[in-house]
Amino acid sequence: MVKKSRIVYFFLIIFALAALMIPTSEKIVNGIDLGLDLQGGFEVLYEVEPQEEGQEITDETLQNTVAALTQRVDILGVSEPNITIEGEDRIRVQLAGVEDQQSARELLSTEANLSIRDVDDNERLSGSDIQENSASVNFDDSNNPIVTVSLRDGDQFGEVTENIINEYQPPDNRLVIWLDYEEGDSYEEEATKEDPKFISAPAVDEPLYTQDIQIEGDFSVEEAENIADILNSGSLPVDLEEVYSNSVGASLGEQAMDKTIFATIIGVGLIFLFMLVFYRFTGFIAVLTLSTYIYFVLAVFNFIQGVLTLPGIAALVLGVGMAVDANIITYERIKEEIKYGRSILSAYRSGARRSLGTIIDANVTTLIAAGVLFYFGTSSVQGFALMLIVSILVSFITAVLGTRLLLGLWVNSRIFNKKPKVFGVKERDIHEP
Amino acid sequence: MNLNNSRKILKRVIPFVKFRNVFFLITLAYILAGGILLSTIGLNLGIDFQSGSRVEVSADEPLTEEQVRSDFEEVEGNLEPDDITLGGDNNTIASARFIGELSQEEIAAVQTYFEEEYGSVPNTGTVSPQVGQELAQNAFISVLIASLGLIIYITIRFQFLYGVASIIALLHDAFFIIGFFSLLQVEVNVPFIAAVLTIVGYSINDTIVTFDRIRENMPPAEEIESFEDLAEVVDVSLNQTLTRSINTVLTVVFAAAALFIFGGEGIRSFSLALLVGLVAGTYSSIFLAAQLWVIWNWKKIKRDREKAPAEEEPEP
Repeated sequence: MVKKSRIVYFFLIIFALAALMIPTSEKIVNGIDLGLDLQGGFEVLYEVEPQEEGQEITDETLQNTVAALTQRVDILGVSEPNITIEGEDRIRVQLAGVEDQQSARELLSTEANLSIRDVDDNERLSGSDIQENSASVNFDDSNNPIVTVSLRDGDQFGEVTENIINEYQPPDNRLVIWLDYEEGDSYEEEATKEDPKFISAPAVDEPLYTQDIQIEGDFSVEEAENIADILNSGSLPVDLEEVYSNSVGASLGEQAMDKTIFATIIGVGLIFLFMLVFYRFTGFIAVLTLSTYIYFVLAVFNFIQGVLTLPGIAALVLGVGMAVDANIITYERIKEEIKYGRSILSAYRSGARRSLGTIIDANVTTLIAAGVLFYFGTSSVQGFALMLIVSILVSFITAVLGTRLLLGLWVNSRIFNKKPKVFGVKERDIHEP
Repeated sequence: MNLNNSRKILKRVIPFVKFRNVFFLITLAYILAGGILLSTIGLNLGIDFQSGSRVEVSADEPLTEEQVRSDFEEVEGNLEPDDITLGGDNNTIASARFIGELSQEEIAAVQTYFEEEYGSVPNTGTVSPQVGQELAQNAFISVLIASLGLIIYITIRFQFLYGVASIIALLHDAFFIIGFFSLLQVEVNVPFIAAVLTIVGYSINDTIVTFDRIRENMPPAEEIESFEDLAEVVDVSLNQTLTRSINTVLTVVFAAAALFIFGGEGIRSFSLALLVGLVAGTYSSIFLAAQLWVIWNWKKIKRDREKAPAEEEPEP
């Protein structure tokens, strides 16, 4: 007798899954963060070097550098920057969707070390003399934008200006304002250039006992705002040396994205077709569980906020292959048992049981490999490994448990009794028990 | 033996083990060829492994090498690419390589020039080989560590010899892809490493499924009287899992081939490595790992018997 209730359960489960998956799938797909290669953007790998001799790069210095970089990225308005420490002295900055890569690069790599020097390049005031968060943009009498900063000590500037007046005669009585002065830079050399490296070099005629310093330069309003923001976000405690940089134009990224999605759809479509042709009804169950698999992999990946890259998509497709493998192992085993002459019900039970050990061993070994890659790999390899791990875990749930649940309902309803064709087994291949 | 039962449903049993020496010769031949290729022409290392810069220009219309070369001459600083390769549909993408890094100013000039000329900002990449080399080294060490972990797991779940044979198959597959890429001189970049690592995962998966059946079919060692007995176990097991092996590799090949044919330029060498590796992975499970295991296990059985001949004598 056919137990119709099981088949009703089957359709209830399918409808429930469809009700869950169809309305939410769009949101999940759109919610996944895309990597640089898919979205376009900018990536720099910096090597952290001590600013002064003897300075040690500790974990704390790295953390502080990352904090300072994060604040700077905020100036750029990047919604989800990815700044990570790699190894002992590397920092990787990934800015997806940044359009103006030139200024992003400048903004990041500047040390934001403001220093005020005399014409012989001796430091008179350094960044540490300036009050935190004191930089702001103002306008001078002729309405040109200027940057104002406040010193910690009001007398200091007076002393410095007094010394300059005492030590130098016009026209050398100047305060040279530098941003990121480097050993070897010289006022004398830069002053002759059309676009000098220092910001400005105002002459000092009288001692200025003031706490606020006004920095003039031929700024546009935006430049002045950027300088003020950088000064406020704090100087970097270290030197950053660019080791690697990669910028991806968004148009090319989109092209790659469209193509990869198209290729993925074709690939998955072929797999579905193959399963339906070769495994008939059980192939149809496989198609259902594979669709569920793809949905849940993306949902989990979205939930753990993974960044999807091209290799990640490839890992997803490979995961489909692994999920299909679990189905194929199970179905082949059931087919074998049917060929031994067992009833459909007992062939299903022993086939499902015997294939389980194989699938577990195969999955665990691949999981070990993926785990090692995730632990030891860097960015793109790691993203790939993460997707592979998620894929293996989800495929185990959908392709092993899901397939057994759905197929079990049909088999246990006894509707397939004496119908080996449903499993793709020909009558003449069946032997007497 | 339940083998007789198993044989019954197989239409024919392909005697793989009989031809093991042929397979070993083939394997040895291309491993040697691969070794020679790698030590002579080596790999076509991409920007990830070589110090330099790469600028990828994309245009709406087909590009020619001369055109791109003269474009770079127009750029401030008169740049001369060391190599230009065209790609994309109808050659709309040109990839220019420079040995030695371009300065920030040069990159800026290139980006401005090509944006004005072709309406899209070209991709630029600069790298010191240190990063790529470290990554490759890191991947290599990761595989070795993974191999160690896998041997431990397989020794616990199966037996030590299964573990060693699986790892040899795994290293074979990784080496095969690398040799293949050396032969075709396809550019090797970071995603290639990810592909090799994927194949490492697939290879171990495939070998384990085959070994799992051998283990299941293996009678107690006392029942193995000759090498032929052992060979039969392996042959029947390989034949039983053959449909699965072929069907699984076919489905994954579908996916990898779709990526290769329809995927973007950036993923092409990645998917090629996957395709080649998948075939190698299936080959090595059947023709390398299982065959090595037969030989080693037979030696082990013989050795165990010589050590303890008393145990072998039947009870009176």
